[in-house]
Amino acid sequence: MAHDTSFTNQEFKVIGTRPPRPDGVDKVTGRAAYGADTFAPGQLVGLILRSPHAHAQIRKIDTSRAEKLKGVKAVITSDDLPDLTNGDRAMLDILENCMARGRALYDGHAVAAVAAIDAETARKALKLIKVDYKRLPHVTDVDEAVKPDAPIVQPYVRTAGVQPPPTKASNISQISEFGHGDVEAGFAQADFIVEESYKTEQTHQGYIEPHACLASVGPDGQGELWVTTQGHFTFRNQCAALLGMDVAKLKVTASEIGGGFGGKTHVWMEPVALALSRKANRPVKVVMSRDEVFRATGPTSSTSVDVKIGAKKNGRITAATATLRYQTGAFPGIWGMLGAMTAYACYDLKNVKTVGYNVLVNRPKVAAYRAPSAPMAAFAVESTIDLLAAKVGMEPVDFRIKNAAKKGTKASYGPTYGPIGIGPTLEAVKNHPHMRARLGKNQGRGMACGFWFNFGGQTCTDLNIGVDGTVNLTVGTVDVGGSRASLSLIAAEELGIPYERIKCNVADTSSLGHNDTTEGSRGTFSSGMATIFAARDAIEVLRERAAQTWEIDVKDVKWEGGRAVPKGVRHSNLGTLTLEELAAASPNTGGPIAGHNEVVADGAGVSFASHICDVEVDPETGATKVLRYTVVQDAGKAIHPDYVEGQLQGGAAQGIGWALNEEYIYGKDGRLQNPGFLDYRIPVCSDLPFIDTEILEIPNPNHPYGVRGVGETSIVPPLAAVGNAVSNAANVRLTHVPMSPPRILKAIKNRRSNATTG
Amino acid sequence: MLEVQLSGSLRDAAGGAASISIDASTIRELLRKIVERYPRMQSRVDDGVAVSINGEIFRDNWGEHIPEGAEIFLLPRIPGG
Amino acid sequence: MSGIHVSTTINGDPVEFVCQPGETLLDVLRDRLRLTGSKDGCGTGDCGACSVTVDGRLVCSCLVLGAEAEGREVTTIEGLADGENLHPLQSKFIEHAALQCGICTPGFLVAAKALLDRNSNPTEEEIRFALAGNLCRCTGYDKIVRAVSAAATEVRKQEGRKQRRSF
Repeated sequence: MAHDTSFTNQEFKVIGTRPPRPDGVDKVTGRAAYGADTFAPGQLVGLILRSPHAHAQIRKIDTSRAEKLKGVKAVITSDDLPDLTNGDRAMLDILENCMARGRALYDGHAVAAVAAIDAETARKALKLIKVDYKRLPHVTDVDEAVKPDAPIVQPYVRTAGVQPPPTKASNISQISEFGHGDVEAGFAQADFIVEESYKTEQTHQGYIEPHACLASVGPDGQGELWVTTQGHFTFRNQCAALLGMDVAKLKVTASEIGGGFGGKTHVWMEPVALALSRKANRPVKVVMSRDEVFRATGPTSSTSVDVKIGAKKNGRITAATATLRYQTGAFPGIWGMLGAMTAYACYDLKNVKTVGYNVLVNRPKVAAYRAPSAPMAAFAVESTIDLLAAKVGMEPVDFRIKNAAKKGTKASYGPTYGPIGIGPTLEAVKNHPHMRARLGKNQGRGMACGFWFNFGGQTCTDLNIGVDGTVNLTVGTVDVGGSRASLSLIAAEELGIPYERIKCNVADTSSLGHNDTTEGSRGTFSSGMATIFAARDAIEVLRERAAQTWEIDVKDVKWEGGRAVPKGVRHSNLGTLTLEELAAASPNTGGPIAGHNEVVADGAGVSFASHICDVEVDPETGATKVLRYTVVQDAGKAIHPDYVEGQLQGGAAQGIGWALNEEYIYGKDGRLQNPGFLDYRIPVCSDLPFIDTEILEIPNPNHPYGVRGVGETSIVPPLAAVGNAVSNAANVRLTHVPMSPPRILKAIKNRRSNATTG
Repeated sequence: MLEVQLSGSLRDAAGGAASISIDASTIRELLRKIVERYPRMQSRVDDGVAVSINGEIFRDNWGEHIPEGAEIFLLPRIPGG
Repeated sequence: MSGIHVSTTINGDPVEFVCQPGETLLDVLRDRLRLTGSKDGCGTGDCGACSVTVDGRLVCSCLVLGAEAEGREVTTIEGLADGENLHPLQSKFIEHAALQCGICTPGFLVAAKALLDRNSNPTEEEIRFALAGNLCRCTGYDKIVRAVSAAATEVRKQEGRKQRRSF
């Protein structure tokens, strides 16, 4: 049944309150079960052997000695994962990333795996596997990889998006162009033009929980997988396809998830664990080490971006271009294209052109990382916007307000915007007391804005009312940051009963229809929508049961404040029936009372944020301290404001880490030098101030409550907001992220020597 | 008749065209007719596309009605984090 | 492979186990004793998710050998609540939404408890430095610092009540 998803300005009783989350007690007592926290009788320990080389031909893998070791129950290579993808190259890429097929494509690429009775035996077995490698030339830098003589990472790749189609292999898997107008004519009208090039280094999502799963497959072709994932239905479909299993016979249960941020939207070692279990005919638990997480899972792209923007004296931008080169790791991805789509999405531009390059290198396959690809493009564009504002002689915020996209603006990626929130976030920044706070010596302030698409997707939700009137809300979207609390609030609001009477569970794949992965800021948006409709579906049943009890027409029964109320004077003697009363009577009025909804929650609407950042830079050491940080974002409607604030604060903190510290450092040998939290330094508690948030609520016209996704956009502005602040504090433009102390010192030194020589 | 704008990365599957004219009243009809005219589009549709109708992006709901004269953009499907 | 026999006290209870010489206390807690509240986030003492106290001293259990627990008193997240009563840190973490994914929460609570045991009235800066050995990737630490501060107030109130009762 199709439901009207339009915003209706309904009055809320519990939406917008901040009750305790339903999984709170489990998580503060250590009871909550994450990926590595479950055990099966007779389970084995699975470990994976990984390539020490950035690029190597695998001539031979000798597993015979490992197989003979006492306690080893299975050893597998790519031979145990035959290609069942039927010409689907994207699926074959996934399989090849899980286990190398003839060539190791990056340092950390899996080449074999073992399952043994304990960790010690498994470790010994790994050492007994002999791999005969022939090292091949490698490339890890994005600018090196696009050169014509660069080593080719994937010989099958031909550059898409150029005419005529090339016949030679290239590391550029795709070139895509976006924009409109005539940029040359636009630049000719400009009084000021700024051109600058930027680099950002590769970062990892850095979830604290490593990938972990417990796989169990029997010879009857039935299997179970307990796994930390953002999308257990997607994992089921992919694992079943890769292993040749029936979708219905593989039950995937999403454990509690210890952070994902996009990195747990992809399968990594789960198909390997299932293959080990199938071969050993025993449950196999695979838990990655942190080293493996860094070397072989989900980082985001490192990038190289050229930006050119021109403006008139009055501050109107006349033309803007960007060339964005994003490395996608050892497999084709669309990350450069996404950078090209998002780069100028905040602005109202007559003439704009962006070109995105997706570039292969010998690094791990790039995965989505929170608003994937947008932060790097925003860093380049928003830094240049500040440079141009200075040339024009305008305050950065006023320059942005003057050029901000609005309803009716043709977005740089194509379509014309409906109502959008960039203008209000910029106005809120302009009026924020933070903008007027005084700065001291060596301190600087920066601001920046950011954009992300958001989306909805397939969703399926059940709502079952127990005989005591309490409610099981069963959803299929993994709860990554408190969505069970928000969804319970929505069910309570619709049914008109207290929040405490709702129990929200995330169902396994055998208990509910398909739900898309929790990504694209969709969890609360889409499952929230399905919850509203499932609750209204149940209310229909409740009204029918009341009508039956009263022996009146269901049309004469309304649902109000958690009870059935008869309409009209002639029924005024009937009293009311509460949800509890109807639930208690349900065995004799037609059986269980339930609501259900399947929905494709399109219409998520695009999202905007603007951030302000104050920093102090020590000119002697180049060290940066973030003094104050403010996030302004449009949430449409904040269902549970605590967890909206949490998303805004967490995204900002990740962005600050990316801006100042975090980076993958590769040696000349193509090996990752810092695969651990000691040398890959994410922000700690003493690095950060309190992060202030201002939630704007401009209703999304395509959601009954006006909700917009909030999870991702908050990581888009920080690189540039911090960059602008650091550049103002150090009085020199920083163009390379992370702005670590050595890079800042170098920039200061260059400025000083230029000042003396110039 | 709709004027369907093709996003950068989809143009080569349509022989480099930036836009194409198609008569369709739903997303399903639109995609079917595009693939009929440009068979190479099939793999792009399989990879995932999204359709923007008057600025609102639809990824999955192929039954969505397309109003006469609507602004239509065919975009690649966007992943999230 | 000969195991080492260890007698220790965990969360107040006498516990005996056999472990390998190279096995960490974290491995023993998680895999042998099934006390999975202590989390393995890095194995190198950098993330603090496996924080426990040994004889009252805050340690990363991934950097302590199982055999070293002999004769000691180990406290884990599973020992923080007093029966059905949550510790104020636990209730304030829930009340202040100081967790999102929750994987770092046990380590933060154990580390915060160690802080409050030696300083029941910490400043924001003292809280931030005391918790700098624990990584959280979800929250930006904002609500964690507020929750610890609120818990400290609550603990002082409870201590005050106890003292008044004892007079």
